[in-house]
Amino acid sequence: MTAYDLYLVSPLLALAGLAMMVIIVDLLTRRTGLLVGVAFVGLAAPAALSAWQLAELVSTGESRLSAQGSVVLHTLSIDRFSLFFNFLILAAAGLVILVSTDYSRRMERLQGEFFGLLLLSATGMMLLVSATELITMYIALELTTLPLAAMAAFLPNGRSSEAGMKFLIIGALSSALMLYGMALIYGFTGSTRLDEIAAALSAGASAGAFPFGSMAVLLAIVLLLAGFGFKMSAAPFQMWVPDVYEGAPTPMVAFLSVASKAAAFALVLRVFYVGFDALGGDWWVLLAGLAALSMTIGNLVAIAQRNIKRLFGYSTIAHAGYILVGVAAVASVDGTATFGPSSVLFYLAAYTAANLTAFFAIVCIGNRINSDEIADYSGMLRRAPFLAIALGLALIALIGVPPTGLFFAKIYVFAAAINTGESLMTWLVIIGVVNSAVSAYYYLRIIKVMFLQTPIHTERVGASWPVNVALGIATLAILWLGVAPTPLLGAAERAVSVLSGG
Amino acid sequence: MWFEQIVFWALAAVAIGGALGVVLVRDLFRAALLLATVFVAVGGFYVMMNAEFLAVVQILIYVGAIAVLFIFGIMLTRDVQRGNAPNRLQIPAGVISALLLAAMVFTAVTTDWTTLAGAGRENQAQIAQTQAVGIPDATELTRAGLSAEEVESVAGSGLADLLIGDFVLPFEAVSLLLLAAAIGGLALARGRGR
Repeated sequence: MTAYDLYLVSPLLALAGLAMMVIIVDLLTRRTGLLVGVAFVGLAAPAALSAWQLAELVSTGESRLSAQGSVVLHTLSIDRFSLFFNFLILAAAGLVILVSTDYSRRMERLQGEFFGLLLLSATGMMLLVSATELITMYIALELTTLPLAAMAAFLPNGRSSEAGMKFLIIGALSSALMLYGMALIYGFTGSTRLDEIAAALSAGASAGAFPFGSMAVLLAIVLLLAGFGFKMSAAPFQMWVPDVYEGAPTPMVAFLSVASKAAAFALVLRVFYVGFDALGGDWWVLLAGLAALSMTIGNLVAIAQRNIKRLFGYSTIAHAGYILVGVAAVASVDGTATFGPSSVLFYLAAYTAANLTAFFAIVCIGNRINSDEIADYSGMLRRAPFLAIALGLALIALIGVPPTGLFFAKIYVFAAAINTGESLMTWLVIIGVVNSAVSAYYYLRIIKVMFLQTPIHTERVGASWPVNVALGIATLAILWLGVAPTPLLGAAERAVSVLSGG
Repeated sequence: MWFEQIVFWALAAVAIGGALGVVLVRDLFRAALLLATVFVAVGGFYVMMNAEFLAVVQILIYVGAIAVLFIFGIMLTRDVQRGNAPNRLQIPAGVISALLLAAMVFTAVTTDWTTLAGAGRENQAQIAQTQAVGIPDATELTRAGLSAEEVESVAGSGLADLLIGDFVLPFEAVSLLLLAAAIGGLALARGRGR
């Protein structure tokens, strides 16, 4: 254990420390504003430390930080890939904290705990995206999920309790499946580290009677995918999503839908592209199957929804499907494996902007009209022009229409799939495009209700300034990524070069 | 050898029978006691695998603490004393569990677990390290299949070395996990009191 080890994990330490500080501040004061201020401003510390690490990477030109005799590098890797996700997670956490200003009054005495648990969950995500070892991944995943499960049950009503219970139990089930898979991998390769797993697999990779050379590896991959599928909210492991989205506190759902999903996809990319690289990438067929199922189920069931939070639950399943298309695009014709993963990173960033905007508007509107039914959104354009326009823009982005970031994201993901030259992937893209068209129906229906129908009430709907600031930032991010996607795409490409051994 | 076989099959019967009992018995109190039995049997397996320390920890923590907590919880909660409510998804759940079990057993039997042994020399050292918590003696390590060189590198280290060495980060992250669990549990319990 050296001082350099502490420097490597300093963003994690700062974030965990901030979580504890927020809880202590909550003991001393009852003022929501102060609590939000401490939590939001405190996020500057982990962000600055991450930026410092990134600056070191840029100045040395290395792809990852390394040191002789470092202990923590046994279980994690600080590289451009993990730092990309660090910034994404910290941005999502910061905006969600701002938006919780109005909402957290509903939780009365539990405000400090709400922010504390949110920050602890973010710590788990940051550990998850840099973990390169199975035990660390498992613990990071639990640290991500457990605080969210507690937060899901924070509202004093039955639906919220149900959401917390479902999230906890199904999360435990998925962890159990994943642990079975990890145990098989450890038994077969004798290591829990991804690089050693890759070495062992390539040493023993031979054409066996089963796919991937051995029944053990095949079953392990299936079980790991089942476990990860729950965390990514991909079909057919999606049954918890609609109930949790409907019952849980909306700011927590916003955080869950973007940050938790991004961390889960980072995990999948690392495990499959680094650990199972030696298997020749044949696992993409399984991922493609999940992608097709997620897109189709998510979009078809979303059509019939009347509750907007439930609708976004199905929408997030569908988007997990689109992102999985990018994960499945393993190798393109010219042999570069970075196109698929980098499109995934870009998609996650663009999706974060769009989905946060949508959820922030839902938080504000739901807070005032005390309803999440789509029918109650009628005439929202006249009652809350800013909120309605932001939500409308987010919905247009989620369809994948220019000038929004998700338009480019979808193009990149589908282009990566076409570029693999597999006919199956071409079919997957066709399924994806058809699904995007289907999704336009239910997204546009909300816009129609908000913009064209006459309002039931004439009472204005507004929000406090921190909420408006957060909403404004997220909305600008959608447009910025739609107008100038190149800087972020460049960052994504540099980030995923780590995965292919760079 | 015969003795080992007999002990193994006896422990296996107790573990599997107990586990089935936990799921099938209606009375939660009995289910908790059966769970304790399963924990004891698993501790027995650890002894057979020369991991005496793990066996002791298993009995102390799982039987001594966790099972006892379960029983306290059940006795202090009025509703659960009435027993496990019948569940209409019992049959599909049973079918899926049986399929998973079949796949796991098939895998365990058909896989040649030794194919990659050569690739994992270093890790055999690590496994031996995990089992030996005190200072392992050289003959034990040689018996575990390590070369003289590797014996030297392992001697004088143990489980503690792994926890405060290579695996210090996940070990410390567990404390954060426990903190999150405590905060979440307290918040929910306090919220109910309103």
